[in-house]
Amino acid sequence: MVENRRILGIISHIVLILGVIMVALPIWITFVASTHDAVRMTQAPIPMLPGTHFFENFKQTLFGAGLSGSEGAPVWRMLLNSLAMALMIAFGKIAISLLSAFAIVYFKFPFRMGFFWMIFITLMLPVEVRILPTFEVVANLGMLNSYWGLSIPLIASATATFMFRQVFLTIPDEMLESARIDGAGPLRFFWDILIPLSRTNIAALFVILFIYGWNQYLWPLLITTDTDMTTIVMSIKQMLEAAEQSPQWNIIMMTALLAMIPPVFVVVGMQRLFVQGLTETDK
Amino acid sequence: MLKRVHFPTSVLPYLLVAPQIIITLIFFIWPASQAVYQSFLIEDAFGLSTEFVWFENFQILFEDSQYLETFWRTIIFSAAVAVLSMGSALILAAFADRVVRGATTYRTLMIWPYAVAPVLAGALWVFMFNPTLGIFPYILEFIGIDWNHYLNGSQAMLLVIFAAAWKQIAYNFLFYLAAMQSIPRSLIEAAAIDGAGPVRRFWDHIFPLISPTTFFLLVINAVYAFFDTFGIIHAVTQGGPANSTTILVYKVFNDGFVGLDLGGSAAQSVILMILVIAMTVVQFRYVERKVEY
Repeated sequence: MVENRRILGIISHIVLILGVIMVALPIWITFVASTHDAVRMTQAPIPMLPGTHFFENFKQTLFGAGLSGSEGAPVWRMLLNSLAMALMIAFGKIAISLLSAFAIVYFKFPFRMGFFWMIFITLMLPVEVRILPTFEVVANLGMLNSYWGLSIPLIASATATFMFRQVFLTIPDEMLESARIDGAGPLRFFWDILIPLSRTNIAALFVILFIYGWNQYLWPLLITTDTDMTTIVMSIKQMLEAAEQSPQWNIIMMTALLAMIPPVFVVVGMQRLFVQGLTETDK
Repeated sequence: MLKRVHFPTSVLPYLLVAPQIIITLIFFIWPASQAVYQSFLIEDAFGLSTEFVWFENFQILFEDSQYLETFWRTIIFSAAVAVLSMGSALILAAFADRVVRGATTYRTLMIWPYAVAPVLAGALWVFMFNPTLGIFPYILEFIGIDWNHYLNGSQAMLLVIFAAAWKQIAYNFLFYLAAMQSIPRSLIEAAAIDGAGPVRRFWDHIFPLISPTTFFLLVINAVYAFFDTFGIIHAVTQGGPANSTTILVYKVFNDGFVGLDLGGSAAQSVILMILVIAMTVVQFRYVERKVEY
């Protein structure tokens, strides 16, 4: 700070605290709703302080039938589906992007730039703009209602490929020269030198991609009709629809809480990697 | 682009790029070209025959007052989301940049909505604004506002804007704070010695210096509001009431999967593709140039 003005410092803190409250309020209300029983949650105004039914709701949501009267999969099953989808997307994207960045940076071969531009184009084709035909392709390949269908169509990644390209370009040429003198082939070089050197970049990217995968909504909505394949993020919408008949907001908000805990935990727990990943992939 | 020292040509590089290229071809390029092809076809009401009609689908779209309204609505929605969330992030970042102690604590407390899925953000806001139960309609009643976003189109629009902007504050805050912290202190100190107060310093020095970040965030927020807010709209309003919150992405989905109008939906997809390409070009042409302080 340049000058020391007490008033200004106090105002700064007040504004920031108001900001934090604004950001946190929806989550606080969600948490409070998940700690009351169903009856209390049908009386306006809804409570602003936590109640005593947290563990009861937790048990009913996670292991019980969830919303009574709904025929959805149990919530623990949805969490597993989400985890499987998020991990497959994150690992898949990282693996194929590492390989293609390695090929493009370290090999000279015909059509190299052609492949590079083909990968670049995927940046311009988000799933939202080609919904119907992509759905048809996946249906024709028999990948509806499977983990493969949930993850593989999403794992091509221009941003990840670009990021690894940048990382590899900063690795000094002497690395490769000395590796070759020592008799290492391309795959050995990739595995023993490139991967260890880009370890933190891989971790940072993993944080971003895990959140991306976990939060997918439109795609799973299209290709899963089997209730056993429902992801937790998708289930919220079905519950909101059910809420119009029988409002069980305590269970709905508990489910919402369970759906946001894993990605929020990843962001807060691995903040340094998260910030690094965000600035590296988007710039 | 290519390393000075590299491996000799062999079959290996082709094997290495193969997984990425195969997925790109099957799930990106083929469906996109199908969308372009279908946008030139009109199917009869029973799906028995199709006719190649060149640009008739596009012509129908641009003569359809509903589509044009959706277009404008999307632009207003995106602008409102960008201004609201970038504005609040800018103010918060400016104050966070000032505090000596606790800046990182505030950052931790502010960034995590990034991790909340859009559809969940929608669910939280729809609960807070539930006309019979929600906390905000309860408060608004005291000042004489009758809140019901199931019936009132502009209230529904406000609600999706709030939910979308709330989720994006974290991202904008992070980038603004990083940009402000990278401004050399000596510059700000020099301004202070010349007699510029905090407000003057912000508008005359800090704000112009972070303008590349503002521009970058503008593009990112536009892309977000155009494409990633599907979940929010689907959870909060489903495009209603009376289409008052239907944006372009929602309309593609609705016309294609619910209305089963293949040609029309494909033509809309093609228009969206052109928009994404334009935004990507802007982002890479103008944002890549980093400003050195």
